Amino acid sequence: MQSALECCDARKVFYVKRERKSTSMLTRLFAKVIPKYEPVEAVDRLTFHVKPGEIFGILGPNGSGKSTLIRLISTLLLPDAGCITVFGHDVVKERYQVRKLINRVSVDAAFFKGLSAMENLSYAARLYGLEGGAWQTTATDILCRLGLESDKLHEPLEDLSRGMQQKIAVARALLTRPLLLLLDEPTTGLDPVSKRDVQDFVLEERERRGTTVVLTTHDMQEADRLCDRIAVIDHGKFVALDTPEGLKSLISTNGESVTLEEVFFSLTGKTLRSSGRCENGNAV
Amino acid sequence: MAPMLDFNRELRRSYALVERNFNLIKRYLGWEVVFMVYTVVNTLTIAFIGLSPDGSGQDRVLYLVVGALLWGFLSVLFHEVAESVQWERWEGTIEYSFMAPMRRFTYLGGVCLFAAAYGAIRTVIVMCAVVGIFDLDLGSANLLAGLIVLLLSSLSFIGVGLMAATLPLMSPEKGSQAAHILEAAILLVSGVYYDVSVLPVWMQRLSKISPATYTLRAARAALLDGASLFDIRSDLLVLLATGAILIPLGLLVFNQGELYAMRTGKLKRSG
Ligand SMILES: Nc1ncnc2c1ncn2[C@@H]1O[C@H](COP(=O)(O)OP(=O)(O)OP(=O)(O)O)[C@@H](O)[C@H]1O
Ligand SMILES: [Mg+2]
Repeated sequence: MQSALECCDARKVFYVKRERKSTSMLTRLFAKVIPKYEPVEAVDRLTFHVKPGEIFGILGPNGSGKSTLIRLISTLLLPDAGCITVFGHDVVKERYQVRKLINRVSVDAAFFKGLSAMENLSYAARLYGLEGGAWQTTATDILCRLGLESDKLHEPLEDLSRGMQQKIAVARALLTRPLLLLLDEPTTGLDPVSKRDVQDFVLEERERRGTTVVLTTHDMQEADRLCDRIAVIDHGKFVALDTPEGLKSLISTNGESVTLEEVFFSLTGKTLRSSGRCENGNAV
Repeated sequence: MAPMLDFNRELRRSYALVERNFNLIKRYLGWEVVFMVYTVVNTLTIAFIGLSPDGSGQDRVLYLVVGALLWGFLSVLFHEVAESVQWERWEGTIEYSFMAPMRRFTYLGGVCLFAAAYGAIRTVIVMCAVVGIFDLDLGSANLLAGLIVLLLSSLSFIGVGLMAATLPLMSPEKGSQAAHILEAAILLVSGVYYDVSVLPVWMQRLSKISPATYTLRAARAALLDGASLFDIRSDLLVLLATGAILIPLGLLVFNQGELYAMRTGKLKRSG
């Protein structure tokens, strides 16, 4: 069976300006004219695949490369090496094909804040070439299932709460009926009820349409509840990849039950400590 | 490589940009009115410079008004195209717009379509205000030739605008500033409010490579002296040729800029 997503040795390095520690005026001036760049391995040769209809979770500390990986898959970044395909289409060479199959929700609900939800959705629908009347029905249906009152849909988005904005972002992504849905921390900052609404909706979409989902999150319960398999990423590398149960059994000694949170600390805590970033040598 | 473009479908898609921008204008209508009033006042101020205390100098007024109106249109065109990326970057929507399965040509076509419509509306409003206050004699003007000059020069300005739009993709902070400098330089050397012959020789050389110089010369010939299309053919040819070069070049530069941004991670708002 064809994979929904395949990632072979994918790699992304960013070059970030490095402050030179110096007191000398001359070196400071020199640093301004010729800044020093330092490579950051955001995604470090990742290989994995996601089956159609699977919900694949990615857990990892801040700056571990989750969003970069999502951007590579969503054709917003070019990989430096390796190959990524979405339903057999290469994200670099067949960008246009891939774009038809995917959509994404990012942690910041990126909208024209002055426009209303409906105006923003109309813009998205037109970009994807959706037909006039049809998308409105789909949109109201999705928003209703997400528990958003319809009287809010014509107010400027800047007047809506973060939870509402995020739900509209979810609606925007689902409007185009993507086969692969990329969710980058979709529930960060949502209250428990809204969180549930979004999670239920993701499960329901998978049930209804067999949508494949790649989900990054900092919420361990969410990962446990939604994901079929979970990868734990740290410094751009997967340090573990298994089902939630499989991950738990990794650190569980003599059959005692552990939470995903404990797994996370155990897997990423160790790597943090070994990198020795604290001045006093203790783990953060 | 690319399959045959379904022109109608692409046009409908590019309308996404037009509708979105007009929605934004509706939303910030107050500011729109403020800018409009400012532009009208500015144009009137420039026009009054031409008038002598004894009431003579009507042709001087017309000379200035034509310059102000043309520059008004072309600078709006340039601005809207050049700032489109910067602005989407600032709103944070650029990743969503660029992730859509839409050819970049269509996206940019939408940006240009809006820019041209918006520029035309603004220019007509300013023109009405000016005509209402000054008793301008356009009896001998060749309006059709004037319009054609405007259309042809739009091509060049769109081309330059596309290149300027790429700048924020290369350097998020300095890109937009560079676009403003470029615009100011074009205003200085193109003879918008004066004849280019008054400029120092080195500036006159620059004026030769600014498409706006040919626009203004040809438009004034058509609108002030009633020159025919045949009379201004050499300027029209220059404008047509620069447009034919600058638009494909602009698209090419934009494409390269986008690839650069995708390689270095500059599409993102922060970082
Ligand atoms: N556009 C960019 N330009 C330069 N560096 C970047 C860019 N995007 C990410 N990085 C760097 O790459 C690394 C991984 O960042 P990324 O945003 O992928 O992490 P993340 O796992 O999504 O973090 P978070 O949980 O905070 O969202 C970080 O060191 C970050 O600074
Ligand atoms: Mg992230």
